[in-house]
Parts: sequence; structure tokens; C-alpha cells
Amino acid sequence: MSEQGVTLTRKDFESDQEVRWCPGCGDYGILAAVQFVLPELDVKPEEMVFVSGIGCAARLPYYMNTYGVHGIHGRAPALATGVALTRPDLHVWVIGGDGDMLSIGGNHLIHALRRNVNLKIIMFNNQIYGLTKGQYSPTSELGKVTKSTPFGSLDYPFNPLSVAIGAEASFVARTHDMDRKHMMETFRRMHRHPGAAFVEVFQNCNVFNDGAFAGLLKKDVRENMVIDLVHGAPIRFGSEGQHGVALNEFGEPHVVEVADVGESALLVHDEHRHDPTLAFALSRLSNGPHMPTPIGVFRDVERPIYEVEVQRQLAAASEKSGPGDLAKLIASGATWTVG
Amino acid sequence: MVTIDTTPERPLEGVETLDRVDIPFAGDSGDGMQLVGDRFTELSAAFGNDLATLPNYPAEIRAPAGTQAGVSSFQVHISDHDIVTPGDAPNVLIAMNPAALAANLSDMVPGMTLIVNGDSFTQRDLDKAGLTANPLEDNSLDAFNLYVVPMTSITVEATKELGVKPRDAERSKNFFALGLLCWMYTRPVAPVIEWIETRFKSKEQVLAANLAAFKAGRNFGETAELFDHPYEVRPASLEPGNYRNIVGNLATAYGLIAAAQQAELPLVFAGYPITPASDILHELSKHKNFGVKTLQAEDEIAAASMAIGAAFTGALGVTASSGPGIDLKSEAVSLAVSLELPMVIIDVQRGGPSTGLPTKTEQADLMLAMYGRHGECPLPIVAAKSPSHCFDAAFEATRIALKYRTPVMLLTDGYLANGAEPWRLPDLDSLPSIKVPFATEPNSGDTFLPYLRDPETLARPWAIPGTPGLMHRVGGIEKEGIGLDGEGGTGNISYGPLNHDRMVRLRAEKVARIARDIPGVEHDTEDGADVLVIGWGSTWGQVQAGIRRIRARGLKVASAHLVHLNPFPADLGEVLGRYRKVLVPEMNLGQLSRLLRAEFLVDAVSFTKMQGVPFRAAEMEAKILELMGESA
Repeated sequence: MSEQGVTLTRKDFESDQEVRWCPGCGDYGILAAVQFVLPELDVKPEEMVFVSGIGCAARLPYYMNTYGVHGIHGRAPALATGVALTRPDLHVWVIGGDGDMLSIGGNHLIHALRRNVNLKIIMFNNQIYGLTKGQYSPTSELGKVTKSTPFGSLDYPFNPLSVAIGAEASFVARTHDMDRKHMMETFRRMHRHPGAAFVEVFQNCNVFNDGAFAGLLKKDVRENMVIDLVHGAPIRFGSEGQHGVALNEFGEPHVVEVADVGESALLVHDEHRHDPTLAFALSRLSNGPHMPTPIGVFRDVERPIYEVEVQRQLAAASEKSGPGDLAKLIASGATWTVG
Repeated sequence: MVTIDTTPERPLEGVETLDRVDIPFAGDSGDGMQLVGDRFTELSAAFGNDLATLPNYPAEIRAPAGTQAGVSSFQVHISDHDIVTPGDAPNVLIAMNPAALAANLSDMVPGMTLIVNGDSFTQRDLDKAGLTANPLEDNSLDAFNLYVVPMTSITVEATKELGVKPRDAERSKNFFALGLLCWMYTRPVAPVIEWIETRFKSKEQVLAANLAAFKAGRNFGETAELFDHPYEVRPASLEPGNYRNIVGNLATAYGLIAAAQQAELPLVFAGYPITPASDILHELSKHKNFGVKTLQAEDEIAAASMAIGAAFTGALGVTASSGPGIDLKSEAVSLAVSLELPMVIIDVQRGGPSTGLPTKTEQADLMLAMYGRHGECPLPIVAAKSPSHCFDAAFEATRIALKYRTPVMLLTDGYLANGAEPWRLPDLDSLPSIKVPFATEPNSGDTFLPYLRDPETLARPWAIPGTPGLMHRVGGIEKEGIGLDGEGGTGNISYGPLNHDRMVRLRAEKVARIARDIPGVEHDTEDGADVLVIGWGSTWGQVQAGIRRIRARGLKVASAHLVHLNPFPADLGEVLGRYRKVLVPEMNLGQLSRLLRAEFLVDAVSFTKMQGVPFRAAEMEAKILELMGESA
């Protein structure tokens, strides 16, 4: 909240650059949530590095009054790994879209997650390529008609949270661009998590894929479609909490009516379970924004942080062998003297 | 420091002194030829000989046993004077099987010596090698001094008492060959014994078997009366100093550590396994007490991206690979050109295109380094000329990268990477500081302009995360530089046509200006020479050897060598203009010669070889003579 007694505000994190997303884009809401939450996190602007790849979302670093790199398509998690490896004390946030992170950069994403590099990765998922003007993305639904799929997409989509959990991510969450409070709380939790954190944000592209999440997020349906995950509580949703989530005989989660099964039959959410099976199962509850879909923190467990372990190895080596002595190093092995 | 007594084991009576010896050890991939070749090299280096080596092995880890495709060889050239190539006229060929003999025979001049393992010339061995007749029986080797030694059976016999199974015992026959060679060339044996004892400490039986085989080989030489007398090659009169033997990849790794130290920066190295560059990653990953951070990335692209992230954050960011991997890195390298951040990219060149010849050498990536990126994307290029020179070249590449805030391509190759030579250890106190300051204050009133350049070097300020007040964003989109009106330099996105034109020219000018900051052409001439032989990279040694041969004939010739390929040394045009003819030998189809023609309008004659092995001194000599209009 404060830096040497000075209270930082949203303004301290805004750069002088004019924000240039399309009017009505969901990205504005996400940017605002990021800029609103940062002053609460007790970080100085100079200790923050925003790293992005290519795409609409990837422009976000330009709007932050922090250090930032707008890199190459898909490579942000790798470039950010270089930043975190060099200076583990920095706060490194990685911003990208579904095409950037799951298509061209899929490999870098999964490896950053498995290594547990201390990166805070926010993936804006609008299920479309926006910057290239409307091709289907790896999260677009099957049959999607776009410029590059006039007869409908034949590509089965990724479930981003399943990918992240499958890639051994230690923190996995989901939020959406219609709820600033929920976004801020999710980013707060993401920031507090030690290690790699992956947050999917449902984001509306009002130009190329307008209303992609309307079936979920429109005011009149939201209550009955969005499942707010609360750690330690039975999973319930609906205007009266009348719906819930239970496991069937195969351990697969499905939506039930609480009145039918009783509260004791409901699955109790445990985001700290080390085994990822339940978190993965929850990520499979919905296969698109037409089904009741959980938001919030799916998984939050602790694992050794990559760059901290690197530092530990360095310290151990110095402890054991003393600080590096170049003269000794180059003369290691057999040497001889001439003259 | 290990001090090695260079006194030979025996008095030197009846010993013939030679000025140089060139020995290929050749056998099956599984025969341990690289291992014993390496031992013979270390021994000779420590003895004070000058030397050059050429390892040559198949890309397959276990190529079909006994076939010519599976032959692995290690050529050692040792001498009592300064030498520059692995040699092209072997005196003695050690052939462990018919395939090794057949694959190497064409290099042998009649009159030279062949030592073959007689136990491995059964019909089955001959079939595997694809030979229809037994060369030991068909008089086809009459022109050579042929020694057929039953290496396998003597080794098995010598190790029988140790309780080693015959199959395991056979594996020690490479040490038998080494022992025999040590006798023939009066090498001190104590260091080999010491090495065997250390290396195989944890495997008692293997240790005992190798030791027994080594001694058996040496005793065989002394008692068998096959060879009339041993030879010696006296220590070379090298420049005074402390020496060690070094291969190029090791020298590269040391050069990077030295450069990071002299720059007072942490070294962050990200790489992806690829032949023949992996040893740089292996070596650097050992030296954590130097603060070196290494990361084996998920792919080549990631490795290059990580190096950029490290550079942005204030480290010396380095990545290394070979041809196919460099292709993948080119996107990231172009980002580094645009971001104007320091970075070193090492290309250990190998035979291409595509997977090509992973274990063989080539220098066909010069155009890749020069032009292999989209857009106008210039970067400085430095090339190493010998295994030990990789140290200096890595240091120089780093110096340029840091001072000019630019990615620099360092070119080495498979021959340099794995080839060895004695290295006079540099005086570390004489290494210059290559530290560059980080920006700590706003540079334009209260504002920080990340693209406000140093008027001399045109380098932009390097402000690293963590520095209060200097927060800035950089990206691959064209950035607003300083305009003609002196305004700008914000680094903000700019699509302005004039701005882009200026930025493209500034990035080119920044690289071009480095010519002011590098030495003139390495040039060795004499009055009356009208032919210049100019090379780059690892052909340096072969050019030198060729030049010596020409001069030994009493003829005049000049040579030049380029360590800096972009920009070229400032005096290069003037040097080229002095000669009637310019010869450019390269292991590619004429890449440097094309650059020289384009840049200086000289009628450069290209001399090329694409066989995965270096030029031979004799080939070089013949080509130079041809150009001089004389017959060889």
C-alpha cells in the first residue's frame, strides 16, 4: 500500500501512452483491474516487469508505468524466465492471449509452469485471433466459422486450465472481464502465490467474437451459470444456491440439484490438494461457455521455485569451492612451462 | 597445477629424432579411439610438443559395428616446432579393424607405417567392412610398412590373471594400442598410468585390465623386435609461458566466464542440446561458484529468448547452438537487434543444410550470420581461428555486444570445437575491463529516454529493472528515435515513415562504426608478393600451413585473416587492393569471397571444400601455386 510512507495509486502504474484497443474491448476492464490492484500489493513500479508476446493483449505492457518488454509471438514465458532467473527479487507478470500462449507459445507456457518459475501469467482468452482480424484460435469452439475456417473449424479446442494443470502448474485460476472485483481478488491471490501462477481471464472481443461468453456472463444467466469456487466450502451455485457439484461413481464431477442429493453429497473445494486430480476434474466440468463453469482458484499448492533453487545451487557451489578463481580455472588439468 | 616430468622413461640410445609425427588412431565407434587419441594428445602437450588434433566420428552413438560408416578416428599431429593444422600426411595409421584401415588408407602415402589389429581380420570382419579380399593377404599393402599385431589376443592374455571375462578384456585393446604408441614415440608413461588409476577408480577390474593392456602394449614394442627402434619428437620451442592443452568449446566457455568477470556482470547462459555446441552448456553448468547461471531450455527459441530477458535485466545473456538451432533463434536475434540489447549468440558451425553432417565441420553459416534475418537486421560477427583463439573471440564478441548494446554472432565450428592445441595461458591481469555503466538517472531533464544514443557509439542507455525513475517499455515494434529536430528518443511505438527510415540507418550505422574500434586486418606480407590468401575462421591454420610451404619454395606470397566479419576491419579494402590476385579458401561455396567482391569490387578467387574435414596443407599449396601460375 505504501512506498516509504507514500501511498501509491492507480496513476502511479499508468504510463503516458494512449490506450489503443478497440472501443468496448474487454481488455480495458482487465487493464483497469491490474492498475487498481497493484497499489495494494506493496510493490514499487520499478520492481515490476511486464513481459508480453504478440497480440492485442500483448500491448498491455506499454500502458504500465513499470519496466516492460513487448517481445515476440509466443515467447513471453521464455523471455520472462530470463528476467526472473537473473533477478529473482523482481515481480514478473506475463500477459498474452489464447493464440499467443496456447498456439505459437504453447511450448514455452507449459515449460515455464512445470519449472515453477516465479511468473504471474495472465492469459486473456477471447477464443479468437483479434490482431490478425478474426481467425479461429486454439480455444475456439469446434465448427467455428471464421476467415480461415469458412466451412467451420475442425480443430478440437484446448481447455486452458486443463493444459495448465496438466503442465504441473502450482497455481491455476480463472476470472472474467465483467467482474473487476473478482479479477482484482484473483490477481491478488496470484501475486501472493510463490511460484508460477496461471490465470485465465474470459475476455470479450467485441469486434471479432462478440458475446463469446454471453451464455455464461450475461446478467440474467450469470447466477445460474457461473460457479464461484470457495476453498473449504461445498461447491454450490444458483440464485438460491440450489445447484451444486458432486462426483459420480467414476470420480467425475457433474452438476446436481442440492435438493435431490443433499448438501453432504456435494464436493468440497480444496485448492491446496497436492494431487492435481480434483483440480483437473473441476477444469473438465464445463467444455464451453454454454455449460455451468467454475471461476476462482482451482489450485494453489507450493513447490520449489525454479530461480530460488538455482540461487541455492550457486550459493552451495560457492560455499563448497569458494568464489570462482579464473586463474585457477583456466590452469586446471595438466599445465607445463616453456622458457 | 600438475607438473609433468618430461624426461622420457628410457635413455635415448638408438632413438631416432623426428621433427613431426602425424598419427590417426582409427577403429570402430565402440573401440575407444577418441579416448586414447585424447590421452596421446594430453601426453604430448604436457611433453611440450606443439600439436593439432582432428577428431572424426559418426553422428550415430552406436553406428553398425565393424562397418566403414561406424569408423571413429582421432588424428594427432605432434611436432617440435609450431604447427597449425592436424596434418595431411600421416606417418602411422593405427587401424583396429578392416573398416578403419579401408576408410583411412587413402590418406596414407606409400612408405608410411600401418599398425593393424591382426585379430580383427576374420571373414566376418571383412564382410562387415564391405571388403571382398583380405588386404593383409592380397599384397595390396606392399607399399607400406605393415605391422600386424594381434592386439586383441595379447590384451586378453595379459588380463587373464585378473579374472576379467574375455569379452570385457577385449575392450581394453585401445590401451594396448596406446601403450605401443607410447613406446614407439618415447612418451612418458607415468601420466597415463596415473590417469587410468584416477579415471577408473570406481571400477576396479576395468582399471586393472586397462593398466595391464597399456603395459602389455608398451612391453610388446620393446620386446617384439617388430620395430627396429623407437622415435622421439622433442618439445617444440614455443613462446615462453604457462601452457595447457585446450579444445575450442572449452576455450569458448572460459572466454565467456572471463568476459563476464571483466564486465562485472552475472553470466546467464541458456542453451538446448545440439552437436557440436552442447559442450559449452556442459562446461558452463559446472561453474556455479562463478555465479554462472545456466538453463537447458525447452527449445532453441526459448534459449535465445531467455538470453534476451537476462540482458534486459542486466546480465550478460548468452546462447549457443549450431546451424539448425541458429535458424530457430533468428527471430529472437532480430528482436535483440530491435531492442538494442547486448547478447552473444554462438554458432558452432557444422555440415548443413538441415541435419546435414552433425559431427563434421563446415563454415557455411557466414551468410546466415550476416543476412539470415528478416528486415534490415545488421549485427556484428566475430569468428575464432583456432581452438585456443575461441577464448579471445568469445571475449571480443562480449566486449562489442556490451559496448554497442547489440547482439553479436560468434562463429566457431566443429573442428575448432573439438580440436585441441596447446594454449599459452593468458595473463589475466592484462585483460581489459569491459564494464559498461547502467543508466541510473534520467537523461533528458526529468525524463528517461531509452533511445537517446551515445553520440560516439550510437549505443542506447541500458537501464535495468529495479532502477527507480527509469521505468520504460521496449518492444519489437519500431520505436521512436531521436528525430532531426533533436526531439524524441522515447522508444514509444512509432509507425512514422521518416522515423523508420532513420532508425534502420542508425542501426546499420551503429554496427558499421564498430570498424573504428577493432584492429586492422591480420596481414602477413613480403616484398614482391602479388598473391594474397585471405581466410576467416578455422581455415586459418591451413592457410598458414599452405603459405609456409610456398615460402619454403622461395616464393613470395601474402596472407591475411579476418577475425571480424562484420564490420570488416577499416583497412581491408586497402590491403586487398595491393595484390594482383586474391584467393579465398573456405569450407563453403564462396561466402566470404562474395562479400569481398560485393564490398570491395575485387576479383576474388574462391577456393572451396565441402567434405566435412578441413583443407589439407598440400591442397592449399597446390591451389596457391596454380594461382601464381607455377606448376606444383
